[in-house]
Amino acid sequence: MPVLVYIDHADGQIKKTSLEAACYAAKVAEMSGTTAEGIVLGKIQDDPSSLGKYGISKVHHADNADFNHLDAQVYTKAVADAVEATGADIIIFSHNISGKAIAPRLSARLKAGLVTGAVAVPETTSGFVVKKSVFSGKAFAKVTINSAKKIVSVNPNSYSVEAKGEGSAEVVSLNLTAAPSKVKLVSTSKVTGEIPLTEAERVVSGGRGLKGPENWGMIEELAKLLDAALACSRPVADVHWRPHHEHVGQTGIAIAPNLYIAIGISGAIQHLAGVNRSKVIVVINKDPEAPFFKAADYGIVGDAFEVVPKLIEAVKQLKSAN
Amino acid sequence: MKILVCISKTPDTTAKIAFTDNNTKFATDGVQYIINPYDEWYALVRAIELKEKDPSTVIHLVTVGGADAEPIIRKALALGGDEAIRINADSQDSFYIASQIAEQAKSGGYDLIFTGKETIDYNGSSIGGMVAELLDMPYVSLATKLELNGTTVTINREIEGGEEVNEVSIPVVVSCQKGIAEARIPNMRGIMAARTKPLQVVEPAQADTLTSISGFELPPAKAGVKLIPADNPAELIRLLHEEAKVI
Repeated sequence: MPVLVYIDHADGQIKKTSLEAACYAAKVAEMSGTTAEGIVLGKIQDDPSSLGKYGISKVHHADNADFNHLDAQVYTKAVADAVEATGADIIIFSHNISGKAIAPRLSARLKAGLVTGAVAVPETTSGFVVKKSVFSGKAFAKVTINSAKKIVSVNPNSYSVEAKGEGSAEVVSLNLTAAPSKVKLVSTSKVTGEIPLTEAERVVSGGRGLKGPENWGMIEELAKLLDAALACSRPVADVHWRPHHEHVGQTGIAIAPNLYIAIGISGAIQHLAGVNRSKVIVVINKDPEAPFFKAADYGIVGDAFEVVPKLIEAVKQLKSAN
Repeated sequence: MKILVCISKTPDTTAKIAFTDNNTKFATDGVQYIINPYDEWYALVRAIELKEKDPSTVIHLVTVGGADAEPIIRKALALGGDEAIRINADSQDSFYIASQIAEQAKSGGYDLIFTGKETIDYNGSSIGGMVAELLDMPYVSLATKLELNGTTVTINREIEGGEEVNEVSIPVVVSCQKGIAEARIPNMRGIMAARTKPLQVVEPAQADTLTSISGFELPPAKAGVKLIPADNPAELIRLLHEEAKVI
């Protein structure tokens, strides 16, 4: 029985988080001596056969117009139909926005045990054990799925995307009847020109140490130079210096980028909980006692207003040298 | 309008996270418990705001937990719930918990069922979706705004890099997050009133447990910070490029 992975897309393009899920699914399939197949719902510009590069052998594509707006109820039935059609007993999602909407419903529908936020491939020596992030990143739990069908959703940025040669997946069209949608899409607003936080490989984040929203120009410039997303601490979002969607931490968004640069953030435990899975943490703070330095890989004790402009120059020089 | 708010008991956000019994159990010694912040600040408070606009609204609270969950549910009543139900069971399996809530909700005739977007302990983000599926209701996740017009609910929900506005008829299950409600704290009158509000304890229904936790581990300790002099930020950029290879 194949491993089935839900392939999510936005604006016609396959999301990076879904490529991570595809690579994870390919690895799980390899471990179980089977193949990995994908399910794509709705119109897509990217060629689904390109998933072959990531170890997906076959893609089931249901191209109905009904699948052009995420309605968890409708999508869940469609994925359940695909599970039935393929006979899959392991289903993989990204723990992204669509995964959070669909995977729990599918779990209840199929009575398939679910682990959300997986950070590693399952251990299968005794049972099916998935390591997941718990206590908002402060610990990991090993969760055993005891049911015959199993669903795992993979934490964004926890499993790396690696293309394996030039493989091409077979694309078959899947004829699904969509359930009538009870959720009507009224409008969509996207912050254009910004990298979504949960998908960002690099994040530049500012805190109260920046003294006011008018001082974010240099943060934005540094982020832009590094192709980084912008983030902020909770106090900054609470006083509306920055929009809520930039708030990272225990009660905001939890992220795990390759690089997290915290500027003027002291590093309260609630903030650390949302960012401590970042691979490299840089802290710039004028207070040498700031708790964040204990969680950092690199640090500069200094005034952000002096340090950041120099960093910007250094990045520009690095870019012109390469 | 009848609203059910799902409440979970979680360790305080500043609690020290440690494990006992060969790393198989959460160390509860000295841990303070709170209402899961997403359940309190967003799901419950939005329900209370809706009741303030329309006083005929009834808010029921439900939690799945032992008697030790009662202080939490009393606090939620003090904030503004009308009645509470505690389902007397202890489980870490989302499907089991969702099955209990769905079983309760089935006979409750709820128009809106609210959950927080996740709990801050097991970070499952699962209960809302599972309850919706078990009740065959639509589910709108990660809501940042919710308005009610008659039987139509207008909900803003997060999408990658923005948000979208959805319209859905009741009944609907919604997972709530930042933006949906204003902050508030319980007042003395609420605390006094909560003592006499009904808190019903019911025994769990038969339900499957699909997962179990076999152990915990803590993340590896950091090797220690490498400090770079403030007058030489270029060195930081060099290290990020050549040593850490992240830029």
